[in-house]
Amino acid sequence: MSTNKADVIVVGGGIIGCATSYYLRKRGKSVIVLEASDNIGNGGSSRNGGGVRQSGRDPRELPLAMYGIKELWPELSKELGVDCEYHKDGNLRLGKNEKHKEILQGLTDRAVACGLDVRMIDADEIKEINPYLSDEVTCASWCPTDGHANPMVTTLAFYKKAREIGVRFFTGEKVTKLRKIKGKLREVYTEENVYEGDYVVVAAGYESREILGTVGVDVPMHQELCECLVTEAEPHMFDQMLGTAEADFYGHQSDHGSFVFGGMSGLELNNKDTGPKNSPSNASITSPCICRGIMKYFPALENAKIVRTWAGYLDICQDGVPVLGFVDEVPGLVVACAFSGHGFGIAPAVGEQLAKLIIDGVTSVDISGLRYGRFKAKI
Amino acid sequence: MSEVIDRSIDIGEFIPQPDDDMIICRCEEITKGEIRRAVHDGMWTMTEIRRYLRTGMGLCQGQTCSRLVKGIVARELAINPNELEPATARSPMRPTEMKVLGKEVS
Repeated sequence: MSTNKADVIVVGGGIIGCATSYYLRKRGKSVIVLEASDNIGNGGSSRNGGGVRQSGRDPRELPLAMYGIKELWPELSKELGVDCEYHKDGNLRLGKNEKHKEILQGLTDRAVACGLDVRMIDADEIKEINPYLSDEVTCASWCPTDGHANPMVTTLAFYKKAREIGVRFFTGEKVTKLRKIKGKLREVYTEENVYEGDYVVVAAGYESREILGTVGVDVPMHQELCECLVTEAEPHMFDQMLGTAEADFYGHQSDHGSFVFGGMSGLELNNKDTGPKNSPSNASITSPCICRGIMKYFPALENAKIVRTWAGYLDICQDGVPVLGFVDEVPGLVVACAFSGHGFGIAPAVGEQLAKLIIDGVTSVDISGLRYGRFKAKI
Repeated sequence: MSEVIDRSIDIGEFIPQPDDDMIICRCEEITKGEIRRAVHDGMWTMTEIRRYLRTGMGLCQGQTCSRLVKGIVARELAINPNELEPATARSPMRPTEMKVLGKEVS
């Protein structure tokens, strides 16, 4: 039994679980990570578009995004010993008309109010930053400190380094319930085994909901399917992260030369067949829709060949931002889920701050707007 | 049905081999030595190897090298290659231009 004990049990081997376990172990805690699937980082961690951005983010999660980009991302590849392909070359959010301009201006004003360096730029300045865009692009918001990284490699880099310094990972180990002992969360049950820790971090994406339900905690969230596509390697064109006012697509060119773009068809919530829970399938209508979105802004890419597409679930919170931190009702529990499609970029900051929360009892970045207790009925 | 795997089981030290610089994945130019090292970094499934190194992520999407990669990973872990699940095949099955794929509307 003693082999199943650690200071902290982390439920979920995605980038949040891997990063949290790494920072905890680095500060001397013993950690066990339990991953239900056969692969580390098999959910959104490996299926997202790789954005590491602050622009467009909600003021409640912006402090985490800004902290990560300032303090953690620049040295991350060196620290983990793996090239995470991090680029801090800016984010362009593109628009073509007055309606787009209004949307972008609103996002920009809210971000500036939070102290972020982001501004509106005109067609000439856009062309200077990225000469490959369509002439129809007339406005954009520009955040020079945004960027992107390789999500698959970054997730596995956290895993590799955490494992190297002594974190124990179990794959194929599906958690079925949590159990309190004398009012404090202590035990984690899987189909075959029981694990025990002083703290339990639940970072299992949408699946967190069922697990948390076993101790009476319910995070209001739902799943939405999102898809990505990747082209063959192309000559180097640009290093910025891209998006559009109407979210036609988002993406970047990777170090490898391929373009990685993500997007949705708009019919995801009500499509009939999106595949089994742990292996989401592409819908035939979505990648063509993303292609049309890209060509509207990048006619030069029309001959680029798509070599691969994939799908993944976002765990969308009721109010669009994650649920993070302690839960008053269940001492010993730390929740980290409902990332709403923003989890990758803030993952290093979330991991480091949750480790700090568990060890020091407080975070240095304000995450009070992300607490579990924030959900109330409208009247 | 998944099997519980303890990722901290000792698989021994990485021992260099004379043919470690042999290219296994031709599309992405990944060598045998890189694949063996990745196993020692903790990448124990075909999916993890693929995401970590890009083997099978190039133009042929693994149609050439996936059997070879599987053999190398299995030998390093001292297991039967049949125990390793293949990585997921992804559409489209042939590289397709954006302007062609974009014509699919329903």
